[in-house]
Amino acid sequence: MMALFLALCHQHILLAWRGGHTTLIVSFLFIAIILMPFGLGPELALLRQLAPGLLWVVLLMSVLLSLDRMFQADFEDGSMDQMALMALSLEMMVIAKSLGHFIALFLPLLAAIPLAGLLLNIDAAALPALMLSMFAGAPALTLLGAIGAALALSIRRSAMLTVLLVMPLYVPVLIFGASSSASALSNGGAVDMASIAILALMSLAALFLAPLAAAAALRVALR
Amino acid sequence: MVKQKLFFPATGFNTDQELRVSGLACARGARQVFSDVGFHLRAGQALAIYGDNGSGKTSLLRLLAGLLAPQAGDICVTHGSRVLQSHYLGHVDGLKANLTVGETLRFTARLFQGAAEAFDLGDIGLTAYDEQRVGDLSAGQKRRLMLARLAIAPRQIWLLDEPLTALDQQGRALIDTLAQQHLARGGMILAASHEALGFATQQLNLTREAVR
Repeated sequence: MMALFLALCHQHILLAWRGGHTTLIVSFLFIAIILMPFGLGPELALLRQLAPGLLWVVLLMSVLLSLDRMFQADFEDGSMDQMALMALSLEMMVIAKSLGHFIALFLPLLAAIPLAGLLLNIDAAALPALMLSMFAGAPALTLLGAIGAALALSIRRSAMLTVLLVMPLYVPVLIFGASSSASALSNGGAVDMASIAILALMSLAALFLAPLAAAAALRVALR
Repeated sequence: MVKQKLFFPATGFNTDQELRVSGLACARGARQVFSDVGFHLRAGQALAIYGDNGSGKTSLLRLLAGLLAPQAGDICVTHGSRVLQSHYLGHVDGLKANLTVGETLRFTARLFQGAAEAFDLGDIGLTAYDEQRVGDLSAGQKRRLMLARLAIAPRQIWLLDEPLTALDQQGRALIDTLAQQHLARGGMILAASHEALGFATQQLNLTREAVR
């Protein structure tokens, strides 16, 4: 079963990379960040103040945009039917796909954050805390996204619907993520462990609950 | 024609295996597709399912694959899990355009717990296509690649939806060879088609709106 799990995960990463989704999504993050100073004005102090919050919001947007890659292609080309016949429950399949999604799209996004932060004149001392909070919240974002992606499956051109479904679920993660980053900024880089712990808790809860919900949605879509 | 090579290992399937279907009914939306369909298949037998468009051939196969839930009726096999012993080849191929033919075979082997090493691409008429992108194959070649799934991971029950679609004469002969060998070692085949299937031992006619 482990070999099957890893094969699904491997395939997801390979296809995300080959299809150019990784490059596209990281480019989106950079372009959105580059636009910020044009909108807000080139005031360095202001940008430094806003940087962690802006990075969090743009990260969320990028992840939302990537979600229609999660199950849509498998559903349309018949791979989902095949997955239902594999010796792996749909719940485990959701986890395998989410892990693949995390590695193929989320990790490159996180790797781009320090550079994107530089463009917003981010306080280098606040960067470790920001990255830590993003790492802690990332599994929750991916897994909650899987629910939305699965729910919107049976409707064509459903990328926008997925975004609308998932956005409210992301709000708690954003609140705690941004608050931990803000407190790091005001405390000279000290990590607010309470917020990190809450983010990690959300991730663990999502790991437990999201596969059940997403798999139920997939079963409905297969009907 | 296709060389008469053995596609499968010598070990056969459980010859006691039986598939019993009784009183099966299926509805899609508000429409009753069929009702009270029943048949009985033993190891080594093949059922050809005929019927007009919309008579429920695909629905029946998807019910058997566990992809649809029946409205009424029973489907049971005497040994093991039906779903995990079944291969379903549907209208959409389940192939990934951005993988190469070789990668597709290796992933198929990993995902269905089969063995790709023993498989020779020449057997499905795709010699030297190993590095070719699946998206660049023709429709018939994709169908052939789908057939590879049947050979790579042995499963007793084959559910084939229009298996002859897009295939040339050699491709049809290939299906026939695969099917004969599968039946000889105790496999079962249920195939929906508009054309006569040489390997079928029994047939089921579905008519639109109800019984056979």
